[in-house]
Amino acid sequence: MNRINNLFQTKQKNILSVFCTAGFPELNSIVPVLEELQNNGVDMVEIGMPFSDPTADGPVIQYSNNIAINNGMSLKILFEQLKGVRAKIHIPLVLMGYINPALQYGIDNFLRDTHACGIDGIIIPDLPMYEYENFYKNRFDEHHLKNIFLVTPQTSKERIRRIDAVSDAFIYIVSSNAITGGSANIEEEQKEYFSRIKKMELKNPLVIGFGIRDKKTFDTACNFANGAIIGTAFINAIDKSKNLKEDIQHFIQSIKN
Amino acid sequence: MKNDSKYQVDDKGYYGQFGGAYIPEMLHRNIEELQLRYLEIIYDETFQKEFQSLLKDYVGRPTPLYFAKRISDHFNTNIYLKREDLCHTGAHKINNTVGQILLAKRLGKTRIIAETGAGQHGVATATVCALMGMPCIVYMGEVDIERQSANVKRMKMLGAEVRPATSGSKTLKDATNEAMRDWIANPVDTHYIIGSVVGPHPFPDMVARFQSVISEEIKKQLLEKTGNENPNFVVACVGGGSNAAGAYYHFLDNEDVKIVAVEAAGHGVNSGKSAATTILGKPGVLHGSKTLFMQTEDGQVVEPHSISAGLDYPGIGPVHANLFESKRGIFLSATDDESLQAAMLLSKLEGIIPALETAHAIAVIDRIGAKKDDVVVVNLSGRGDKDLDTYVRELNL
Repeated sequence: MNRINNLFQTKQKNILSVFCTAGFPELNSIVPVLEELQNNGVDMVEIGMPFSDPTADGPVIQYSNNIAINNGMSLKILFEQLKGVRAKIHIPLVLMGYINPALQYGIDNFLRDTHACGIDGIIIPDLPMYEYENFYKNRFDEHHLKNIFLVTPQTSKERIRRIDAVSDAFIYIVSSNAITGGSANIEEEQKEYFSRIKKMELKNPLVIGFGIRDKKTFDTACNFANGAIIGTAFINAIDKSKNLKEDIQHFIQSIKN
Repeated sequence: MKNDSKYQVDDKGYYGQFGGAYIPEMLHRNIEELQLRYLEIIYDETFQKEFQSLLKDYVGRPTPLYFAKRISDHFNTNIYLKREDLCHTGAHKINNTVGQILLAKRLGKTRIIAETGAGQHGVATATVCALMGMPCIVYMGEVDIERQSANVKRMKMLGAEVRPATSGSKTLKDATNEAMRDWIANPVDTHYIIGSVVGPHPFPDMVARFQSVISEEIKKQLLEKTGNENPNFVVACVGGGSNAAGAYYHFLDNEDVKIVAVEAAGHGVNSGKSAATTILGKPGVLHGSKTLFMQTEDGQVVEPHSISAGLDYPGIGPVHANLFESKRGIFLSATDDESLQAAMLLSKLEGIIPALETAHAIAVIDRIGAKKDDVVVVNLSGRGDKDLDTYVRELNL
């Protein structure tokens, strides 16, 4: 069974997922970061594939993308780094990034190498459902990769149903009308939106992301979904880190305890 | 309203293999609304009445098609200049902003955002926002704020807020990223007036339709002046390509009319400091559409260079990518220096100081193979007031 499906079958609540840009803060950081996240009880990791023009992301994630690109990170190098990662890492891993680098790598090569590294799913924010269903779905299925869609406060009920129908991993609930790295508290309006989706009783589990940055926002999000994703706050926590092990432990424990 | 042309957009939003709407879910609702409604709105009778009336009385259309005798003698052919530089605000950009603000009103939007390179689109957006009493935020690269300071001042006087884009090359591509982020954060009340034929479908087609008034007028005016509505050549500069899209629009399906697109070569196409997309770029997805743009082997966007802020963009609109791939268009490029000299030439021979962007189109006239009796229409997309500092500095005036 796919590790993502397995995770949501064995654990229904408080799933902690962390996003980290590959190649940040150092070119070779991603595998040690994965190990520390797993050691500290993180349930799933989104590995960011850096892109020069990440239009759905805020300044912090764009900064981490630029550092990673300047460090020399590319899909080719990322796949080399992730070769053999499954000897050590057993939690689900998802690749997340914009479509252009994957197109240049060649979509079929990209899917083949993603699967070969033991990656379970892919999130491509700028690959719309229409393009996915018509041009990509068969190829994702062929390589046993789950495609994960985003839902936002603007997504209609009918579209959420369609997204639920074509998904079988989890649905990524974008917490507000915002790019990543927002700093506002979770407001009543958002809670209504989360409740609205929860009440739809979708077949896929729900994970909330964007603006989740500490214990308080994580716990609130987990009241409405199976778990939550922390990205920007984690990037800040390991920026210029002198001791990844300590900094990651400190950050993750601050969320969990 | 739809047509069967192989050079116009198809019903899925593509031009050949280029185009589409590669957008994050956050923009889906806005883009879908536009896709479903733009044609119905802009071809509605009351919309057309208001649009045509503003083009006539506010923008100053039709703009003249001027037979430029002295520069024709110089190049030994017949050159007609389509005087978009005489539009209100000094460039063709306002044709599109008038159309889009009327559309935004009909969509119930109350706040306008835009990106700008040379500042002409920013000024044109700020202008129509003042006209309609709507708040306006213009994103502009820090580098462009510096080199196009006159336009920044104009935008401020018109009541717009100019927000600097400080990431990447701090030019047009980065301003576009910032505008998209703003739209993601403000999807309900805001309309994003994209200034070129770039972005997700339907923007490239919508902007081309608003700019198509240029070629509509050329046909009428040329018929009056020469007895033939079709020239041998239509020449325009291409950054994203909105003035070119407008100048070509009604000629695309007549293959007897040669379409010439002029890109910015910067210091030279092989210098590493260039914006000649069709030579240096390859297909990929940027700013919401599949098109040609300059990128590394790994698919990271390469930062372009042009002395002209309006052409300093790593890609071209999908309509132009298709004109290039299908070989319908002849793609040439002009360097910074060639364009400066061309601006000087037009100023001296015709008493017209062109925008630096437009000067690129003038710079290639001797390379298109026009014969003595041929008719060459050059789209004079903008005037050079905004570039005076650059001209004074670079030409030692």
